[in-house]
Amino acid sequence: MAKITYHTHDNKTHTVDVQKGLTVMEGAVQNDIPGIDADCGGGMACATCHVYVKEEWLDKLPSKEDGEEDMLDMAFEPKNNSRLSCQLIVSDELDGLEVNIPSKQG
Amino acid sequence: MNKTDVLIIGAGPTGLFCAHQLGIIGLGCEIVDNLDKAGGQCIELYPDKPIYDIPAVPECTGEELTNNLLQQIKPFNVKFHLNERVEELKKVENRWHVKTSGGVGFDVASIVIAGGVGSFEPRKFPVKECEKFEGNSLFYSIKDKSIFKDKTISIFGGGDSALDWAIELSNSSKVNLIHRRDGFSGAEASVQKVKELNEQGKLNLYTKFQMDSVLGDKNIEKVKIKHDEGEIKEIKSDYVLGFFGLIMQLGPILDWGLNIDKKTVQVNTENFETNINGIFAIGDICSYPGKLKLILSGFHEGALAARGCFKYAKPDEKLRFEFTTTSKAAQERLGIKK
Repeated sequence: MAKITYHTHDNKTHTVDVQKGLTVMEGAVQNDIPGIDADCGGGMACATCHVYVKEEWLDKLPSKEDGEEDMLDMAFEPKNNSRLSCQLIVSDELDGLEVNIPSKQG
Repeated sequence: MNKTDVLIIGAGPTGLFCAHQLGIIGLGCEIVDNLDKAGGQCIELYPDKPIYDIPAVPECTGEELTNNLLQQIKPFNVKFHLNERVEELKKVENRWHVKTSGGVGFDVASIVIAGGVGSFEPRKFPVKECEKFEGNSLFYSIKDKSIFKDKTISIFGGGDSALDWAIELSNSSKVNLIHRRDGFSGAEASVQKVKELNEQGKLNLYTKFQMDSVLGDKNIEKVKIKHDEGEIKEIKSDYVLGFFGLIMQLGPILDWGLNIDKKTVQVNTENFETNINGIFAIGDICSYPGKLKLILSGFHEGALAARGCFKYAKPDEKLRFEFTTTSKAAQERLGIKK
């Protein structure tokens, strides 16, 4: 388990234990945290699981695979700390990760 | 009004295979889809990406899968209604009347919703004022390119649509192409062409910029764009085009009284009927304990839903289970000559 904190657009904070091996997207969906649609189910094909990663975590995350940046072009208000949460696999290294969920996914 | 046994909503792989299963058991159907072609997510999201988990098909692309399914349902002459979105639903005695965005009407015994994650709609600009100009000087697709002649057009996006239109319109318009980063997702040849045109002064390329706001009274006059580092530029624009791909929206079926949870429709696993008798849901749009969002699950769900439709279409007949290898009736329906 790793603790992942999701800050939702309604200024609420949700800290949940997410099983290692699941994605940050799955952690949100399974815990009913609003704002992550994940329409394509985690296939890096829709950009509706877009999150903003807290700056200090950016370097600690696995780097983007080919295609993630292309999908982020489609995301709602992408920024430099944007990631697709379906591509962030939870591990011990990510214990304590904090992400902000945008106001909309599209 | 189109009268048939079943209306299938969604022409993705699940909807197409359900049409096959309906055909095999002797029921007629018609298919509605919001896109301009059959295939659903397979065609819209990943036509060229290989799929490796279709049973007995080691590898195929979304496009090949779609073409094979279309081939498979050919004997049934299924009528497609593309570029149409279902809107209204009405119960008339034992039948359902459905109307689409384009005014096409259906009179059916049952409905199979195979709508994936909803109908595809263009993604829009996050900037609120854009709504005001949508359809007169701001567009997410191009129907008539002649209106852009000798005008100044600001195009946003970095995929093939944005690049292709930037290149095409630069022949007869003044084009600004604005994209959030230096990299592009469109074809490399188009990226090179855009960069060449930029160097020759035939197009203005702004990278690491995104829309900040649009200004104008009735029509757009200027657009403000903001650099990653904060710098704001104001550029004159008669038209603004946004190409950010498509997003899926559940749309009007949200108001049909179905049990909906997290954008999916709850069904039973016996025949994938919803809480409303005669309305079934299959594929990515349905949910039940253990649901897997795989194409193969959609095929299974479609086969059972098709059989569930039978009692509504032919209440006085009994459906007998048969194999296509041996059933004369099924083979006749498939047009097989022996």
